[in-house]
Amino acid sequence: MADEAGLAKKPKMLVILFATIVLHLTSLIILFIATCASAWRTHGDTSYDLWYDCTQINGGYKCSGNGDADWLQAVQALMVLATIFCLISFIIFLCQLFTLVKGGRFFFTAVFQILASLFVMSGAIIYTVMSPQWKNDSDTYGYAFVLAWLAFPLTLISGLIYIILRKKE
Amino acid sequence: MLSVLALTSVVLLGIASQSTALVVNTDSEKHALVGSDVRLSCSFFSWQWTSPEVSFTWHYRPDGAKDAISIFHYGGGEAYPANKGPFQNRLEFVGNPSRRDGSILIKNLDFGDNGTFTCDAKNPPDIGGHPSTIRLLVFEKVPVQAGVITGSIIGVVLGLLILVVAIYYLMRFLVARRVFSLSMSKHGKKGKGKEGSQQKQRI
Repeated sequence: MADEAGLAKKPKMLVILFATIVLHLTSLIILFIATCASAWRTHGDTSYDLWYDCTQINGGYKCSGNGDADWLQAVQALMVLATIFCLISFIIFLCQLFTLVKGGRFFFTAVFQILASLFVMSGAIIYTVMSPQWKNDSDTYGYAFVLAWLAFPLTLISGLIYIILRKKE
Repeated sequence: MLSVLALTSVVLLGIASQSTALVVNTDSEKHALVGSDVRLSCSFFSWQWTSPEVSFTWHYRPDGAKDAISIFHYGGGEAYPANKGPFQNRLEFVGNPSRRDGSILIKNLDFGDNGTFTCDAKNPPDIGGHPSTIRLLVFEKVPVQAGVITGSIIGVVLGLLILVVAIYYLMRFLVARRVFSLSMSKHGKKGKGKEGSQQKQRI
């Protein structure tokens, strides 16, 4: 009976582990896209922020560097840091998976993941608050902006899961 | 002997008279912010003593224009800023002619002041020489270069991270060195505690 219970638990543990890894990787990919794609604000064929203002003309792109506003550079830095910290937490998770003692918690993984969520939250908030100064009324928020706001709860939930998660066997 | 001396002195005088051409010195380029004041300095070098008839003249040629206009003249001990023109009421003479300084101060700069300024100095009888030009560039504000704030924020945070990790490992290393004394004191305390509790129980 105990053996059966033990065998029944193993796939459950594997499912939880798999789901955790998928969640972490999803948030990492979303952070990468939100940081690298310059589409936080769109206006017709032109997409603005974080790095370039690109206009689609005749099938090609015409890009120019955007104005070097102080707050925009802060958002850039926060997004890059969030991506780096999410990546570091994933590496630490893989390390701790093999080196942690039985019953131990993934403390460092959780710390870095929660820091990443704080950074992306700060970046998204700063951008949301400051961008109306630049925005024309006909501008709309681009997909990268939506992804950044999506990355915040994903990383936060992922970090909280790591606080609860304990290593077994 | 005398003829050789006479010849050399004539030659030297000739060289000296050639080098009495006046040399005007200014900066080559000047950068300034909109709304600020800028001092355009001009001085000259001359073999002659500074004459009371020393004169300075400033001309201005806007960017893209072909002709230069006269904007300032100092002569006969008096300064004469142009009472018409782009620098009306904005020009002030801040030089010291007895010290061969003919600098002017332009106040409240505007973008239309971009251009080339020419300073011409005359020190009678030394009047030959080249005028010198300054290029004035007016900026809106000193721009923060792209990426300076970004890079510094990233660098500071990652630096703090590395520092915290280094301190953590350093503390672990230091505690590992002292761990022997810690555990011994713990054993000692535990022993005393047990003995104390046993004594209490007996009592």
